[in-house]
Amino acid sequence: MFIVLTLMTVGIIFGFLLQNKVGVIKFADPSINIAIYSLLFLLGVSVGTNKIIVSNLSTLGVQALLLTFGAVIGSVVLTYFVYKIFFKVKE
Amino acid sequence: MKNSFIIVGFFVLGILAGLYNLLPKTLIETDFSVYALYILMFLVGIGIGSDKKTWEIIKSAKLKIILVPLTIIVGTSLGVTVVSFFTTIGLRESLAVGAGFGYYSLSSILITKISGEALGVIALISNISREIITLLATPLFIKYFGKLAPIASGGATSMDTTLPIITKFVGKEYAVISVFSGVVLSILVPFLVTFILKF
Repeated sequence: MFIVLTLMTVGIIFGFLLQNKVGVIKFADPSINIAIYSLLFLLGVSVGTNKIIVSNLSTLGVQALLLTFGAVIGSVVLTYFVYKIFFKVKE
Repeated sequence: MKNSFIIVGFFVLGILAGLYNLLPKTLIETDFSVYALYILMFLVGIGIGSDKKTWEIIKSAKLKIILVPLTIIVGTSLGVTVVSFFTTIGLRESLAVGAGFGYYSLSSILITKISGEALGVIALISNISREIITLLATPLFIKYFGKLAPIASGGATSMDTTLPIITKFVGKEYAVISVFSGVVLSILVPFLVTFILKF
């Protein structure tokens, strides 16, 4: 996985250096979409061929939603304190 | 939102193709996805690096603004930790799913590669829901938890997909904070996910 992080970091440096080469940047965006679409298609394929996952899909979904509620409520409540202390303009 | 539908569409198509054995065996046995992932990460890097707005916003950030993504990271992790006691997912795995911050495409792909398809699917569903909840509940969040709340809920998406709705309800002066927080979280997603699952 460190290859992945290294590649991304190299990409950031490349992108920074090529900032004024519009062609490169125009090429990056649609290519990102194609890569994401094919990767999610392949994730779908490996899910579809995995019987254990297919038969547990609803359980996985419920657990995923629980995690989302935790993540959203946790971050929203904590930023509320930061908002009150640092951001809110006193009336 | 349109993009989310397309992505979910490709995922569902993949499931169907897998279920009904529609693909040649070589495609399933050869792991093309590793190379696709390498290309993707490089391109995502280029996208971040070449965006002038990213650097301007990061340079102009005041100390106070940096608090926002930091608080979102801590808050998300706390919330996910509490929830993990009520699920069968381990704490480390739950934290990794939370560290997607709504960036579902990238986080689910990375998590699949490190921890397998089951957690990858959870990451995909969980992080898409984070975006949808933000799109639907922004007015409610602002009413009870202040103007930073939808930025917190949006996570990494507050720089693009949920930005219009956030700006509409909190006003333009918070748009910069929203983009800044989203950019910082988006950049951190691959690093946090990898470190959480590997250490």
